Amino acid sequence: MEFTPPQTDFATIGPPLVLVVWATILLLVDLFIGNKRTTAILALVGLAAAAAAAVPFYGQTPRISFAGMAILDDTAIAIDWILVLVTAITILFSIDYLKRQAIEMGEFYPVLLFTTAAMMMMGHGRNLIALFISLEWLSIGLYVLAGFAYPRIRSQEAAMKYLLYGAFAAGFLIYGIALIYGVTGTADLATIADQLRADQALRSSPVLLIGLGLLLIGFGYKISMVPFHMWTPDVYEGSPTPVSGYMSAATKAAGFAALLRVVDIAFPVDVLPVWQIMLAVLAALTMLVGNIAAVAQSNIKRMLAYSSVAHAGFILCALVAINVPGAVQSYLYYILAYALTNLGAFAVVIALEQAGEERFDIADLAGLGWRQPLLGAAMAIFMLSLAGVPPLAGFFAKWLVFQVAYQGGFWWLALIGLLSSVISAFYYLRIIVNMYMREPTEPARSFTTTPLLAGVALAALLVIVQGFLTNPVLNLVGQTVAAGR
Amino acid sequence: MNFLLSVIVWLPLLGALILLFAPGISDHAAKRVALIWSLVVFAASLPLIPGFGFFDPSRAQLQLIERVPWIGAFGVDYHLAVDGISLWLVLLTTFLTPIVILSTFDSVNTRVRAFEAFMLALQTGMLGVLLAQDLFLFYIFWEFTLVPMYFLIGIWGGSRRIYATVKFFLYTFAASVLMLLAIIALYVLWGANSFSLPDMLNAMRTGQFTLDQNLARWLFLAFFAAFAVKVPLWPFHSWLPDAHTEAPTAGSVILAGVLLKLGGYGFIRFNLQLFPEASRFFAPAIGVLAVIGIIYGAWIAYAQTDIKKLVAYSSVSHLGFVMLGIFALNPIGLHGAILQMVNHGLSTGALFLVVGMIYERRHTRDINAFGGLWKVMPVYTFLSLLIVMSSIGLPALNGFVGEATIMFGAFSSPFLGWEFAAFGLLGVILAAVYLLWMFRRVMMGDVTEATAKLRDITRLELTMLVPLIALIILIGLYPAPFFRAMNESVTALANSIGPTLAAR
Repeated sequence: MEFTPPQTDFATIGPPLVLVVWATILLLVDLFIGNKRTTAILALVGLAAAAAAAVPFYGQTPRISFAGMAILDDTAIAIDWILVLVTAITILFSIDYLKRQAIEMGEFYPVLLFTTAAMMMMGHGRNLIALFISLEWLSIGLYVLAGFAYPRIRSQEAAMKYLLYGAFAAGFLIYGIALIYGVTGTADLATIADQLRADQALRSSPVLLIGLGLLLIGFGYKISMVPFHMWTPDVYEGSPTPVSGYMSAATKAAGFAALLRVVDIAFPVDVLPVWQIMLAVLAALTMLVGNIAAVAQSNIKRMLAYSSVAHAGFILCALVAINVPGAVQSYLYYILAYALTNLGAFAVVIALEQAGEERFDIADLAGLGWRQPLLGAAMAIFMLSLAGVPPLAGFFAKWLVFQVAYQGGFWWLALIGLLSSVISAFYYLRIIVNMYMREPTEPARSFTTTPLLAGVALAALLVIVQGFLTNPVLNLVGQTVAAGR
Repeated sequence: MNFLLSVIVWLPLLGALILLFAPGISDHAAKRVALIWSLVVFAASLPLIPGFGFFDPSRAQLQLIERVPWIGAFGVDYHLAVDGISLWLVLLTTFLTPIVILSTFDSVNTRVRAFEAFMLALQTGMLGVLLAQDLFLFYIFWEFTLVPMYFLIGIWGGSRRIYATVKFFLYTFAASVLMLLAIIALYVLWGANSFSLPDMLNAMRTGQFTLDQNLARWLFLAFFAAFAVKVPLWPFHSWLPDAHTEAPTAGSVILAGVLLKLGGYGFIRFNLQLFPEASRFFAPAIGVLAVIGIIYGAWIAYAQTDIKKLVAYSSVSHLGFVMLGIFALNPIGLHGAILQMVNHGLSTGALFLVVGMIYERRHTRDINAFGGLWKVMPVYTFLSLLIVMSSIGLPALNGFVGEATIMFGAFSSPFLGWEFAAFGLLGVILAAVYLLWMFRRVMMGDVTEATAKLRDITRLELTMLVPLIALIILIGLYPAPFFRAMNESVTALANSIGPTLAAR
C-alpha cells in the first residue's frame, strides 16, 4: 500500500504560522536590540502581518487541511482578529510596565506571540488532538508570562498555581479525549458527529457522556467556569497586570473558540442535546457565583477576576443555544466586547501602578475621576459596559446572548442572567462611586506614558463604537461554523 | 424637514460633548453655553406646537416619522416619531431644561462643566425615550437616562448622596432588565425580525401576531415593573424620597419634572397598547395601588419636617392621580393623565425651585427653621403661594384641570368607578392640608431672627419662575388647545384597548 502524505494547505493555519515564524525570528533579533521598545514595535508588526494573512480568505468557502486537523473559516478568522487586537493592546500596556517593574526583557514579546499563536490554533483546530496540543501550548506560554515578574513572590505563586490547575485541567481533557476516542474510534470532530448520527446506541453510551463531561471540565478550567474557577482570582492577582488582562481577555476567547468547535461540530444539538442542559446549569451557576463573589472583593484585580468568571457565564448563555440562528455571531460579539472592556479595565489598573499608586484596594480609587480625568472616564466607561448599560458594547453583547438563550428555549437562563447583571451593577457602580463621588485622598500625580494612554483610549473608543456598529461587527465576526461540519 | 426630531434629540448630546471637550472654558462660560444651547434646543422644538405646520393635531397616527435600519441582522431600526401622546411631554422637556440650567447659575459652583454636560446628556436620553418607536431603541434611551442622573445625584447631591444614587440606579436598573426580557420575548414570539412598535401593534390588530393570554399578562407585568418603579407607584416608590432629597435642586426639578413622567408615558405607550386584555385585567388592581399611593403619599408628606422631602412625597401622591387616569382606560382619563403629567412637571418642578431658593439662603430645609417669610420676601411668598395652589388643584390653575379630568375618567370608567374617584378626592383634600400646613409654617407667622435678613427673590430667580407660572395659569384658564392636540391619538388608543368596553 502506497503511503499518501496528507494534503497540506498552509493557508488553513496562516495567521498562527505567521506569528510563530515571526516570534522565532524576533527571539533571535532581540539579542541585538538594545531598546526593548523596538522589540515591542516589531511584535506589533508581526501581529499586523498575522491579521493580514487571513484577509484574502475572509468570506471564502472554508478550507480544511492537515488530514482534517485544521480549518480556516470566518469564525476562525474572527477569533484570529480578536486575538490580534487583544495582543496588540496588551503590548501597548506592557512597554512601560515592564520597564517600571524592572522586568524588561525582550523575551516577553516573543513569548506573548507564541502564546497568541497557540490561542489562534484553538480556533483553527478541528480535531480533539489538535485542540489539546494547542491548549497545552498556550498554557506553557502563560506559565512563563504569569511568572514573568519572578522576583515577586506573588508572581511566582500565580505561575505555580496556574501550572498546577492547568495540569489538572489537561488531565481531565486528555482523559475525556481518550474516552471519546475509545467509543467512537476517532478524534476528528466532524467524524464524531457522523458516528453519533449513524449509531443510536452510541448517543446514550455512558462512556461517551463521561468523556464529554471531562471535556467540558477541561475547557471549563480555561474559561473559568464555575466550579472550576478557583484559580482565577489568585492568578490574576499575582500575575503582572498586563498578563492578567491578557489572560482574562485572550485565554478566554481561545477557550471559548475551542469549546464552540467541540460542541457545535462534534456534538450538534440535534444529535446530542444532553450537554445543553448541563451547560445551561453551569452557565447559571457561573453568572451567580461570579457576580456574588465579586461583590465581596475589595481588591480591584480580584474583583475583575470574579467579574471575568461571571462574564464566562454570560458567554455560555449563547453557547447553550448555539443552534439558534445568529448564536455564533452573538457569541463572538460578546467575546469581543468583553475582551475589549476587561482589557481596558486592567489597563487602568496598570496606569495606576505606573503613577506610583501600586495599591489595588478599591478605596484607593477615591477621587480618581477628578485627579486623572482621562483614566477615570475610561474606567467609568468600562465599568458601565461590563454592567451592561447602553449604549456601550457590553449592553449589546448581553442583549444578543440573552436573546439567543431565550430563542433557544432557555428563558430562565436569560432571566437569571439579567438578574445577576443587576448584582454586578452593584460592584461596578462602587468603582464609579469611589472615582467620582468621594473626594480625593491624595494630590494628583501627572504621568505620561503615551503607549498606555493610547491603549486605554483605543479600548474605550472601541467599547463605545462597537454598540453603534453592531451590524457591521456582527457581519464581520463571521457567518456560521456550520460549513465546517 | 424630516429630521426635526433627530435634531431635537441629538442636539443636547452634542452640546454636552462640546462642553466636555472644550478646553479651558470657565465655569461661568460653561453655564452660559449650556443655557444658550438648551434654549436653542427649545427653539428647535417649538415648531412642534400645533399650527406651525409640522405637527397635525387632526391625525391620530405617528407623525414626523424617521426610520432607518440600524442593526439589520436583528431588525432594529432607528425610528423616531411623535404623536399626541408624546407631544406635550417632549415640549415639557425642552421647556424645563433651560429653566433647570438657569437654576444652576446660583446653586452649582463645583465641577460646573461636568454638571451641565450631564444635564444636556440627560435631555437627549429623555427625549429619546419619548420619541423612540422601536422597542429596542426605546430601551437604550430608557437605560441611558440612568447614567447622567446617577452622576448628577452622586456628585452634586447632599450628604447621603451615595446611598441615594446607588439605590436609585439599582432600583430602576433591576426593574428595567425585566422589561428587556419582555422586549426580547416579544421579538422572539413575533418572529418578524423587527422591534418596531407600530408594526407590532398592526400585526396584533390584524391578528397576525397573537399572544397567549397568560403570557401577555406576564409580559404586561414585566413592563409594569419598569414603569411602576419609575412613576413611582406605591409600593415601588422607596427610592424616590431619597433621590429627591439628596439630589441638587436642578436634579430634583428634572427628576420630578420629566423623568418620572417617562414611567407614565411608558404605561400608555407600551402596556396599554401592547397588552389591552392584560391592561383591562390589571386595571382595578393598579387603581387600588394608585389610590393607596395618593393617600399614603399625602399622609407621609404631612409628617415631614424637611420641605424637600415633603414635596417628594407629594409627588408620590400626585402621580397616583396620573396612574388613576391612565388605568381608567377611557379617553377622558387618559386626557387627564397626560395633561396632569405636564402639570405635575410644571408645579412640582416649580416647588423644587422654590425650595431650592430658600435653601440657598439658609442652607437648611427644616420647616421649623422658617417663619414669617411673607414679610421679608413678599414677592417670593406670593409666587410660592401660586405654585402651592396649583399643586393643590385650585380651580383656574392647571392642577385643577388635570385632576378633575382624571376624576371624571375614573368615575366613568368600567374598570374603576366612583369609589376610586372618591378616594382621589380625599387625596386632593389631604394635599391642601399638608401643603397649606407647610406654607403656613414657612411663610406666615412672625419674622424670626434667622429669617429677618433674607433677600427677596432675585431677577435670576424671577426669570426661572415666571415662565412656569405663566404656563400654570394658561393651562388653568384655557386647557382646550392642550387637549385638542392629544385628542385624536388618545381617543384612538383608548378605542384600541376597549373593544369590549361596551360589552361589559
